[in-house]
Amino acid sequence: MPLFVKARSFLRNLFSSGRRDGDLDQEIHAHLEMLIEENIRAGMPPKEAQRAARMELGGAEQVKEQVREVRVGNWLHSVISDCRYGLRQLRKNPGFTAVAVVTLAMAIGANAVVFGVLNALILRPLNVPQAESLYGLELNKWGWESYPDYVDLRDRNRSFDGLAAYNIAQTGLDTGENAFPSWVYEVSGNYFDVLGIEPYLGRLIHASDEHGPNSAPYMVLTYAFWHSRFQDDPGVIGRIVQLNKHPFTIVGVAQRGFHGTFLFFSPDFFVPMVNQEQVSVVGANALNTRGTRWIFELIGHLKTGVTPAQAVADLNSVGSYLEKTYPKDDAKISFSLVRPSLYGNFLGGPIRAFVTGLMLLATLILLAACTNLGSLFAAHAADRSREMALRLALGAGRLRILRQLFTEAVLISIIGGAAGVLGSAVLLRWLSVWQPVHRYPINAVVSPDATVYGMAFLLTLASGFLFGAVPIRQVLRTHPYEIVKSGSIGRVGQRITVRDLLLGVQIAICAVLVTSSMVAVRGLVRSLHSNFGFEPRNAMLMDTALDMAGYSGDLVPAMQKRMIAAMETIPGVESVGLVSWPPLANGSWRESIVFTDETTDLTPSNAVASPVMYCISPDYLHAAGTALLAGRTFTWHDDENAPRVALVNREFASRIFGSPTNAMGRYFKMRDGARTQVVGIVEDGKYRNLTEDPQPAIFLPILQSPWSLTYMVVRSNREPPQLAAAMRSTLRTLDAGLPSYIQTWSEAQDIALFGARMATVSLGVLGVMGAMLSITGVFGMAAYSVSKRLKELGIRIALGAQPKEVLQVALGRAFKLLAFGSAAGLLLGIIAGPVLAHIVYQATPRDPLVLAGVVLTMALLGLLATWMPVRRALSVDPLRLLREE
Amino acid sequence: MRSEPTTILQGTLAMLILKSLIAGEMHGLGVSRRIQQLTGGTFSVKPGSLFPALHRMEEEGWISAFWGDSENNRRAKYYRLTKAGRKQLEVETQRWGRISWAIGQALEA
Repeated sequence: MPLFVKARSFLRNLFSSGRRDGDLDQEIHAHLEMLIEENIRAGMPPKEAQRAARMELGGAEQVKEQVREVRVGNWLHSVISDCRYGLRQLRKNPGFTAVAVVTLAMAIGANAVVFGVLNALILRPLNVPQAESLYGLELNKWGWESYPDYVDLRDRNRSFDGLAAYNIAQTGLDTGENAFPSWVYEVSGNYFDVLGIEPYLGRLIHASDEHGPNSAPYMVLTYAFWHSRFQDDPGVIGRIVQLNKHPFTIVGVAQRGFHGTFLFFSPDFFVPMVNQEQVSVVGANALNTRGTRWIFELIGHLKTGVTPAQAVADLNSVGSYLEKTYPKDDAKISFSLVRPSLYGNFLGGPIRAFVTGLMLLATLILLAACTNLGSLFAAHAADRSREMALRLALGAGRLRILRQLFTEAVLISIIGGAAGVLGSAVLLRWLSVWQPVHRYPINAVVSPDATVYGMAFLLTLASGFLFGAVPIRQVLRTHPYEIVKSGSIGRVGQRITVRDLLLGVQIAICAVLVTSSMVAVRGLVRSLHSNFGFEPRNAMLMDTALDMAGYSGDLVPAMQKRMIAAMETIPGVESVGLVSWPPLANGSWRESIVFTDETTDLTPSNAVASPVMYCISPDYLHAAGTALLAGRTFTWHDDENAPRVALVNREFASRIFGSPTNAMGRYFKMRDGARTQVVGIVEDGKYRNLTEDPQPAIFLPILQSPWSLTYMVVRSNREPPQLAAAMRSTLRTLDAGLPSYIQTWSEAQDIALFGARMATVSLGVLGVMGAMLSITGVFGMAAYSVSKRLKELGIRIALGAQPKEVLQVALGRAFKLLAFGSAAGLLLGIIAGPVLAHIVYQATPRDPLVLAGVVLTMALLGLLATWMPVRRALSVDPLRLLREE
Repeated sequence: MRSEPTTILQGTLAMLILKSLIAGEMHGLGVSRRIQQLTGGTFSVKPGSLFPALHRMEEEGWISAFWGDSENNRRAKYYRLTKAGRKQLEVETQRWGRISWAIGQALEA
């Protein structure tokens, strides 16, 4: 019962405090009146009676305050009133509030984003039951496994509750409308059972489905693919679809939220590994050859009670058995256990290092932000020293005043933190659906969860207390008499303090980052418009693997010729070329060693060069926009019956034959010894990445080196979506079962530009962070020094100081720090230029635009940061100051 | 939030207020005068202690308050004992008995 009564009083105190106070007023008033009456009855004259009554009451306000203090929930009341007062204070100083809130929003937002990524990639295990005991096997540091070795490991180990295998492959899926390339996990029969995955619909694949090669033509869809491709149609169960023109039955849909076991690569569906021959192009006999290592990863749950070390010993004993039994294929085998989901240490190591580094950086940014906000707060507190002195003099406790200051700090941090978390949630959502590379389903879900929000909240509170604590000493040392007597304490040291140094370093770092990001942006813009040796604009790329649709041997070139002819009939198409693998696309290339014509011993060490190699159709150069400098291009007569010919680029010609003119008509030998004549010279280009030095390259006629992977380059001025649709329907009339992927050539360059873009974006983000820190730092310092010397400035102005001299005194140090810091940073940025040039093509700081940009930016930053203090210093009115202080 | 009264004086005040309200409902001044009378003038309770104690006891549920008219037809806030208050008085009385006996023993020894 008492608890209930208390709760009722608590609520009453909270929500009807106005009426309660009115009641109290009346009660005390009545008490006073009654005291007076009593005194009058005792025979006092009215005046005397009143005086005595007041004496006995002892101050109505104090009594009321005492009553209020004992009320239940009084603390909450005072917190609320502290907050109200704090908010009013913040509203009164909009500039200060805005700077503090924006700084914190960015610092906490950055931390939340990085922590969100850390949480999703590293802390949070895979989305499978009992993920803690799930391990991946890593063979010899990073190795793929062969199927026979997998079977031995699965059957001979004693540490795992089943060992599953999966491989990632691309395959052509034909559901009856349009064949298209899709991504598949080839899984061992026990995959789902080992992981403990449940079907959402139908059934999953089990070990009992496997009866030797190609015995289990079943597929299980992921929930996401079923949703996007089959519109949640439950009727798909039992449907037969074509994979690379082989019939497969859809038997089920995996449980929702299961995206496979490799975090970056979500498959569309799963098929049994025993059917791999029909699905991917590893090789006909991959299930039986021990030397062909193609399986991506083996995973399994450790048995209860088995430690990872015991499991490794167990696996290695199986490994030594394999070494002994199959010395030819299993020469040296050692295993280690890794966390699955990031492909062990091969990818996981660098990713962990990178994300941890980022986290460290973000924490440093937050700490620096707190330091700067601390000095800003100290300035703020110094401005209010009179108010505080007054409150102290009126009897407020120092604790009460400190609590008020902390309330303001925490209020700011909470507003800033909320804004930061909101921004970070948006950014993380966007990152979760972001596919950095158009062509591949590389994507990681990093949506924030409760851990991320909790962490951000803690950081918010912690930083509020951190920078709120800076003015503590100031408040504790406040002597009300001193301040009321002489105004704020005017002691300003002339020494260079640690804080100054820190600020200088921050400004320098900011200037380095600004310089580097401008260099990077300029380099990136330039590299997008530089000459690649081909023209990616106005060109579409359509890639197909003809073997996915069952073409082989002579059928391949015949089909390729028909495809070119068909594409050429599309209205608006200028030219159509075919290439085995386009330059600068999707991060891959092919190269082959060549020998001089005179070489007879064709061992690799005698090779003269290792040029990048392209197999092209006659019209490719035209379609790609690659200039032919001399000689002729190919014709369809350069086939297997004609003498072997090649086009080479300038670099190849100069490297092998001394000069381009020298090279025409000369011969070199391919890896297989075939003598090949140079019939033409083409311009140099970029082949592997944008920052490479000129590379030798050769172009061979597609009929003399057939290649089933086919990229068609279609040059046209038409809009890409319409053109793509036309290309798709043209291809369908040729072969409806041929999967194809269409993208613009510029999109295909995403991988080539990925590093440069990422570097530019990160530098930009860091630059903005650095700028923000510098602004708050300089602002805090300048505001503090102006506020502390207000009196001195007033006297100087009264004595006739000019604005310039006033600024010199008030802000000289801030300006000096800004100038020195910026100069140091700019210098460092210029020195760091060559490092950047490794990542971003043509990045050079020796660029007047960059230099001017940096100087302008830093000047602007300085202006922004000192704007308010400058205005304040200049608007000092000596008369008012002398009157007030 | 204050917890249970810990100092002997605070405890005593609450007890005296409860005791004085046994006789019937009273306003603040009445309570104060009644305590004076009960203790033979030893204790005179100042409003600065009386009102906080009354309000806190009301929140504890030992007494309840209502507005009524005083002897001179003045509106005043009256307090009366609740059931919980009567029980509390018993508890406090017993406790006080123990304490005074113990202290008496200590001083006599």
